[in-house]
Amino acid sequence: MNRTYELMFIVRPDMAEEDLDKLISTLETAVSTSGGAVKSVERMGKRRLAYTVRRFHDGMYVLLTVEGSGGLIHELERRLRVTEPVIKFLSVRIDEEKKRLDKIKAIRDARKKAPAAPAAAPEGGEPAPATA
Amino acid sequence: MAEETKSPSATAEASTPAPSSPSEGHSQRPPSRGPRPGGPGGSREGGRKYFRRKKVCKFCVEKIESINYKDVRLLAQFVAESGKIVPRRLTGVCTPHQRRLSCAIKQARNIALLPFAGRAN
Repeated sequence: MNRTYELMFIVRPDMAEEDLDKLISTLETAVSTSGGAVKSVERMGKRRLAYTVRRFHDGMYVLLTVEGSGGLIHELERRLRVTEPVIKFLSVRIDEEKKRLDKIKAIRDARKKAPAAPAAAPEGGEPAPATA
Repeated sequence: MAEETKSPSATAEASTPAPSSPSEGHSQRPPSRGPRPGGPGGSREGGRKYFRRKKVCKFCVEKIESINYKDVRLLAQFVAESGKIVPRRLTGVCTPHQRRLSCAIKQARNIALLPFAGRAN
């Protein structure tokens, strides 16, 4: 129930802004009704596609970070597949990766503090500059 | 005729030190390649030299932990002009990073950030 997913989808470039807002709010309500949470919505703007998709050369990219269960993502993907203006989507699970990154960061911070602590003790009141 | 008799003997001499490294293409870590003849099995794809100076893994050196499909500029450095993923023996990337990199490149290809084939614009 606490899986975090990143859902990126491409909308056709000739779509109006308010239609895009409507689409995003529909997805957000779908998320909240299934008991999930939307962490962030990022509109990456119009970009040139690396290859033509459904005869389009550009597309509006939207990145949605969602917290919820696997069934929720299944539902979102189903909706995106049916929505006509959405030409491509990709969902990636990111909580495991985040866990790994946090672990690395924690090890790094612990390593920084550990050599700083015994250096600070014999120094007395000297502030340890190693924490820069 | 004399040239024909000379060349097989030359290759026979050169290949005797080589049998210590049996499956050349499959070895993960070739510590010392030794003097290899460039003729047999020397495929020059992309016109790159075979034995460059020791390359280091860019991710290990710069301590880049997360290889995301979204940073196209980073991924595009490891993609050839034709759109193919460059093998790690040319880029010097270490194995775990190469695996993550190739996964990220494939994800980027799926979401049209990188092409499957052709120039990345």
